[in-house]
Amino acid sequence: MSLHTLTVCQLRVKIHRGEVSAREATQSLLDRIATVDGKVKAYNWLNAADALAQADAAKKDGALAGIPIAIKDVINVDGQPCTCASKILKGYVSPYDATVIRKLREAGAILVGRTNMDEFAMGSSTENSSWGTTRNPWDLERIPGGSSGGSAAAVAADEAFAALGSDTGGSIRQPAALCGCVGLKPTYGRVSRYGLVAFASSLDQIGPFTKDVRDAALLLGVIAGHDPMDSTSVPRPVPDYVAALERGVKGLRIGLPKEYFIPGMDREVEAAVRAAIGKLESLGAEVVEISLPHTDYAVAVYYLVATAEASANLARFDGVRYGARVKGEDVIDTYGKTRGSGFGPEVKRRIILGTYALSAGYYDAYYLRAQKVRTLIRQDFEKAFAKCDVIVTPTTPEVAFKVGEKSDDPLKMYLSDIFTISVNLAGICGVSIPCGFARKLPIGLQIIGKVFDEETILRLACAYEQVTDWHKQRPKL
Amino acid sequence: MDYEAVIGLEAHVQLKTQSKMFCGCATEFGAEPNTLVCPVCLGYPGVLPVMNEEAVRKTILSGLMLGCEIARFSKWDRKNYFYPDMPKNYQISQYDLPLCKGGMVAISGKTLGITRIHLEEDVAKSFHYETTSGVDFNRAGTALMEIVSEPDMRTPEEAFAYLTALKEVLIGGGVSDCDMEKGQLRCDANVSVRPVGQKAFGEKIEIKNMNSISGVRRALAYEIQRQIAAAKRGEKMVQETRRWDDETGVTSVMRTKEHAHDYRYFPEPDLMPVVVSEAWLSEIRSAVPELPEAKRRRFVEQYGLPEYDAEVLVADAAVAAYYEQAAAGSKNPKAISNWVMTELLSRFADSKIAPAQLAELVAAIEAGQISGKMAKDVFAEMFATGKNAAVIIKEKGLVQVSDAGALEALVEQAIAANPKSVADFRAGNAAAINFLKGQVMKLSKGKANPQLAGEILARKLQGA
Amino acid sequence: MPENKGQFDVAYVAHLARLQLTDAEMAQFSTQLQNILAYVTKLNELDVSNVEPTAHAVPLTNVLRKDEARPSIERERVLANAPESARDLFIMPKIVE
Repeated sequence: MSLHTLTVCQLRVKIHRGEVSAREATQSLLDRIATVDGKVKAYNWLNAADALAQADAAKKDGALAGIPIAIKDVINVDGQPCTCASKILKGYVSPYDATVIRKLREAGAILVGRTNMDEFAMGSSTENSSWGTTRNPWDLERIPGGSSGGSAAAVAADEAFAALGSDTGGSIRQPAALCGCVGLKPTYGRVSRYGLVAFASSLDQIGPFTKDVRDAALLLGVIAGHDPMDSTSVPRPVPDYVAALERGVKGLRIGLPKEYFIPGMDREVEAAVRAAIGKLESLGAEVVEISLPHTDYAVAVYYLVATAEASANLARFDGVRYGARVKGEDVIDTYGKTRGSGFGPEVKRRIILGTYALSAGYYDAYYLRAQKVRTLIRQDFEKAFAKCDVIVTPTTPEVAFKVGEKSDDPLKMYLSDIFTISVNLAGICGVSIPCGFARKLPIGLQIIGKVFDEETILRLACAYEQVTDWHKQRPKL
Repeated sequence: MDYEAVIGLEAHVQLKTQSKMFCGCATEFGAEPNTLVCPVCLGYPGVLPVMNEEAVRKTILSGLMLGCEIARFSKWDRKNYFYPDMPKNYQISQYDLPLCKGGMVAISGKTLGITRIHLEEDVAKSFHYETTSGVDFNRAGTALMEIVSEPDMRTPEEAFAYLTALKEVLIGGGVSDCDMEKGQLRCDANVSVRPVGQKAFGEKIEIKNMNSISGVRRALAYEIQRQIAAAKRGEKMVQETRRWDDETGVTSVMRTKEHAHDYRYFPEPDLMPVVVSEAWLSEIRSAVPELPEAKRRRFVEQYGLPEYDAEVLVADAAVAAYYEQAAAGSKNPKAISNWVMTELLSRFADSKIAPAQLAELVAAIEAGQISGKMAKDVFAEMFATGKNAAVIIKEKGLVQVSDAGALEALVEQAIAANPKSVADFRAGNAAAINFLKGQVMKLSKGKANPQLAGEILARKLQGA
Repeated sequence: MPENKGQFDVAYVAHLARLQLTDAEMAQFSTQLQNILAYVTKLNELDVSNVEPTAHAVPLTNVLRKDEARPSIERERVLANAPESARDLFIMPKIVE
């Protein structure tokens, strides 16, 4: 069996037993990448020598000892570039490790390479990357989703045992759904954001892409935890997520929000999701109909709040201290040219939108109002969770679309995030798992949980996985 | 028509903390450029701020010392603008819910209001060359307290007094060293003029680049005259920012209102609010030191000192502490004050005299053991060696002769040796007694108790 | 919320954000952003008069750090990332106020 097709847990066992070395695992992965990444284009940066050196030096103990993990090109790794798929960060070399990277290292993991993404995590297709579009391993004419398209594609194509991504409005869950792998967005504050290049500070979270739920539970356990370097990380103990998987789902109440089964959804997507829900019921879960009445406003809220925060977070990219600079006649001209040419169009659009939403005379009408509606959205979930333990929805209204299909209508692109965005606005957790195919393209099932209740959503996901084999399917590359 | 000025001041005070406001970099003046920096204070991609507890504490302490109301709930905001000395091109500051509100500074004859005090991070330092500028980020991120005054000042002198009093309080509280040369205290002014009696304020002009407290006074004096002259010419004032040039003595336009920044304030998502509990407030309140104003009053009341003495002694905390220790062991606090002010103040750091020793010296003078003149010699020896007065007096054999018998003998000797003076005195020349007294002192080699000697001499000259 | 407070001035907002746009971008963004702004006016449908804005995603307060100095980063690493440096400073075109 080719090593690269293993899951993290399977590989762990082999390494632990001495059957396989860290180097062999890493080499197997590098060979796989060399074979298929020319087509998939999941990786932005790969240093084979560095990865093998890490493998040789790898710890013997640690939850991820000897396991190579791919990193979305938005997370700082000491000594590596961190381009965020943007020209404006050309030449930048991180002088520090993100906290999640420190944790991965402590667990013995090998940082195997940096994956492609939408520029500064702004996008739903990975078409907004300065380094070209990553392709969906299931159909190379189609997008893998975004913004963490590279990480999702890498895992789906067995080019990574697991990968880290970031999720602000669905950027882990949506590509996981479109690529047929598992993608988890933890509760806001569960995982440290220190070292994650910020897009929207009150929405961003780092999370894992994996081949199955057990791996996701393992990875979450490694990266989660309070961080004194991140004032928004919550001082709450990290439970044993893997142990919690076994508890079964009998009596678990599943809420189905009527607002998430909309006309205009892909029929096959809806059918697959309903079938999955049927499967969960057969396992002993109970279905409850709920309502999340403010769902329809989520995209509008997101595109005001997230862009406003982003407009400030991206102000630091000015060519003074790092990155690329385009010299102008004076300071203002230098800023204008550096940022005008360094940022891609989607980033510029969002910066302008966010700046406008905060500007004098418009703050109350746009930003403030959006933050108030956000409260209503959060309250929708709180009320719903009084009636159910988890909420189940499709992850996306449709399957992977073709490259170029939506790229000239930003608003159309934004609306494809409709099912994932509310979860970020409410700060709760969500996981996407494979639940079928439509015309040979993966479909994702989203399981949403209460704050800090990753254990329950993973438990339900695991139970479903154990009686299905969607997650074992692999694209032919 | 007479015009009056309305002045408000914005002071930026660097807090005396070990580390910066939002990161662990050290705060040191004069370090090599860009050596006290880290990814956080450089605004690197992916970094996050974490609040310095001591900076918050010192700000609350300042608020308590200045009579402010401390906010029970306070939050952070981003102030957005682009400038090379801004690592993130937004400054983390406080907008609508600052740590302290209200408050006041007392100057002679008036109290001046404080509007608010908030906490923020300092910007980097720029150096300007011919075609380029260079930026040193050592200062970037230092904890900075902004104190905004009410527009209560009416003259440059009041502004000067306000800043002086503010400095005194902040230094006394250990909050900042307020050294303007090191940039630890910076000040901008808002000035407008209006006809006397008018209630409405005139258009206010911001003045920047005043680098000393006397510079503030000079700049305000100039600007007020300029505005009044313009008003008298019928010119309309527009809101603008002007730059003071201390060398040429004028202000010139920097920025007009059209180019004023739109700061686009919004709540800082990376930092959590500050909630000041009753317990925390009590703990900080107990650390509020005695303020200079109160201390001066107490020196007057407790030690019976004149206001002048109190002012001089309280001006330096170490001197004041020394005085109090010495005065505690003395029956004559005024005498202690005199010695401290005249003999110690100018060379305080070099003195080896402990407070108790000074008290002992003064007591020896009071007891008549030594004369005031002899005491000066003793003092000089004490200053240099740190020996006790008693030891020095013994060593030098300086004990004053106060024994009546011994003095009588000396007086009789002097009278016998100077019949002409005696005759002069008896003839009505009262001053002749001083010569005789001087002779007694000479005979005793300066050790005679002059007061007693004078009494005995007067008695013998009158009687037999 | 302004129903459509006149034309959205892309040039002005781009300047606030220090973004130099080409004429083509100016025109394209203007249209696209007008559409998005029109879309977000749906938030006006809701009565938010008694709703508190979500200021923070987690209900924490007083997240404080002890005032202790920690080692800074080596200057060489810092200046290595600088697009232009000299005399140990980050160099920019002259700042003129």
